[in-house]
Amino acid sequence: MKYIDEFRAGDLAQQIAAKIASEADPLRHYHFMEFCGGHTHAISRFGIVDLLPANVHMIHGPGCPVCVLPIGRVQNAIQLAQIPGLILCSYGDMLRIPASNGMSLLKAKAHGADIRMIYSSADAVKIAQENPQRQVVFFAIGFETTTPPTAIAIQQAQALGLKNFTVFCNHVLTPSAVSHILQSPEVRAFGLVPLDGFIGPAHVSVVIGSQPYEYFAEEFQKPVVIAGFEPLDVMQAILMLIRQINTGRAEVENEFTRAVLPAGNIKAQALVAEVFELRRTFEWRGLGWVPYSALKIKSRYADFDAEQRFSIPALSIADNKACECSAILRGVKRPQDCKIFGTVCTPENPVGSCMVSAEGACAAHYRYGRLRERNDAVIKEN
Amino acid sequence: MTQKGIVKPGYSRSLDLKHGCIEMAHGSGGRAMAQLIQQLFVAAFDNEFLRQMNDQACFPSFSGRMVMSTDSHVVTPLFFPGGDIGSLSVHGTINDIAMAGAMPHYLAAGFILEEGFPLSDLKRIVDSMAQAARTAQVPIITGDTKVVEKGSGDGVFITTTGVGMVPEGVHISAENARPGDKILVSGTLGDHGVAVMAQRENLSFETSIASDTAALHELVAQMIAATPDIHVLRDPTRGGIAAALNEIAQQSSVGMMIHESSLPIQDQVQAACEFLGLDPLYIANEGKLVAICPAQDAENLLRAMRAHPLGKNAAIIGEIIEDSHRFVQMQTCFGGARVVDWLSGEQLPRIC
Repeated sequence: MKYIDEFRAGDLAQQIAAKIASEADPLRHYHFMEFCGGHTHAISRFGIVDLLPANVHMIHGPGCPVCVLPIGRVQNAIQLAQIPGLILCSYGDMLRIPASNGMSLLKAKAHGADIRMIYSSADAVKIAQENPQRQVVFFAIGFETTTPPTAIAIQQAQALGLKNFTVFCNHVLTPSAVSHILQSPEVRAFGLVPLDGFIGPAHVSVVIGSQPYEYFAEEFQKPVVIAGFEPLDVMQAILMLIRQINTGRAEVENEFTRAVLPAGNIKAQALVAEVFELRRTFEWRGLGWVPYSALKIKSRYADFDAEQRFSIPALSIADNKACECSAILRGVKRPQDCKIFGTVCTPENPVGSCMVSAEGACAAHYRYGRLRERNDAVIKEN
Repeated sequence: MTQKGIVKPGYSRSLDLKHGCIEMAHGSGGRAMAQLIQQLFVAAFDNEFLRQMNDQACFPSFSGRMVMSTDSHVVTPLFFPGGDIGSLSVHGTINDIAMAGAMPHYLAAGFILEEGFPLSDLKRIVDSMAQAARTAQVPIITGDTKVVEKGSGDGVFITTTGVGMVPEGVHISAENARPGDKILVSGTLGDHGVAVMAQRENLSFETSIASDTAALHELVAQMIAATPDIHVLRDPTRGGIAAALNEIAQQSSVGMMIHESSLPIQDQVQAACEFLGLDPLYIANEGKLVAICPAQDAENLLRAMRAHPLGKNAAIIGEIIEDSHRFVQMQTCFGGARVVDWLSGEQLPRIC
């Protein structure tokens, strides 16, 4: 299929794999974090790790919007959905996230809450138009990629004079999360998480551009290569990171030139700035409270802010004690280091959020990594 | 001579199939129910067994091994490109029987109708069932109708049950896959699921993909004639080919290696999956089968499949391997390998 096959060609992959193998210094290890869940998904779906030498390690980052939302906010959404007559619109991935007491949006739906799975923020506006007697709340989540569509939905609702449409805003910002990881004691002081470079986000960078990453490269001396979500993009980015490290560079490079401009999408940024403003702080699952890492709806659009209309309380709910999602999201632990991985916590009955989305580190490892572990064990036995 | 306002003797008002709808009376055992059965179901399905008009159908018995299967159908929307719940309910049960290598002979059909359901839609569905049954030459010989109050159903639910006969010498079962065997599919994957998804209200994308819903028993008969030693047959419906292969791997205690480059998938299906963030391996099919046979028979079986219109895009997609973990693995086009796991929950579109 055009525009797909070109980025998944096996022969090209072999050529890049050969270059990586010949250029990677056998005397050292390379640890790269792919920030985005989209990259995590591509790495497992196409079996990219099989094409890398043993000394090139990929660490899954926290860039899965479903995974980083704290339980308190999911609980807020469930409570909203349980208000009689209210319709809660949510992207599909959110429905299965476990909150407290084994509840999830999917279970709330089974108990009678009217929860609609939507594919676009425009669907939520349409549902509000079609149900003028009912309150319709859009459970907005995601990084910079999904924020402009939410802004458009709010502006559309305003233009249509909708009185029954609000947004429960949970949009978060990528650069603050990356800074937070790099500043964490595990990375900076203790060196528990070896981190040599980043594969920078694809779709997020289309919106924010490549400039916001200059700071990390400069301040933390870590190279960043922005890459598309196709497997050849990821391979090429890994090669570019290895080359930077081998030549002692720490720069922001853009592999995803077909979509990312240095300044990003100015129109989308203006739209977001018009509707949203920074929150002083926001809780992330795994990262805790991160200053200036999320957006809220500006007061001039307060009529469309579900937090205002429904006086949504701030809930801070601790993760299940046995769940290691928090450490896994920071790259401190691997999914297989979690005691309940693959036993108590499975994709069928996820305990932690990383097991829910196909982009989550645990779900990806459950689907793919178990095979590698098994194969490694067989090699050792032999 | 009839005058205006005088009704012919013996006249009774017939079912208003144009503007009428299902009422509670249609399920209450009275005249309305008798009329619905007679004028809609019996008229459409007409055969000698149904004409007996008993609560059961009486038919001659067979000697040998019989198979029986039942399948409930709850699809939304009821009508989709390439089929509807009626044809689907006939094909579904026929295929379940055919996957034992059996020849289906009779079907029974149970309807749960929701109060208010338009009779015109019901007629379309019943006519489509009748057409499907006639084409497949498997009559619907008995049935049942219940009506539930508005709000207690989703228009119409149909359960079909079928019986069939296994030919002498055929032993097909999901526990028979052996290391070294080849895995074949009869055609393109994911057509049905994508066709249905494209029709859903909140997902209006334009596509010409039609459901592949079809009765596979004649294809199976042709396959068995060419290769009697088929080990396993399965129709990859819900959960797609991934679920079918994992079920077989479990039952046969084997592993599998399939090759992404050999999977027949239509470009349009692939494209729809790409932008919805879905994986065609997990999408339902309603007119496809997976076959597993000894390696030396594979080419022969492939030829037999391709000789039938429902198997013209058949392909060999992989092989059975020894694996105590019973993993289904896929060699990706990209050069890596991955596990093709069971589907967890419903396949939900990804966000970014």
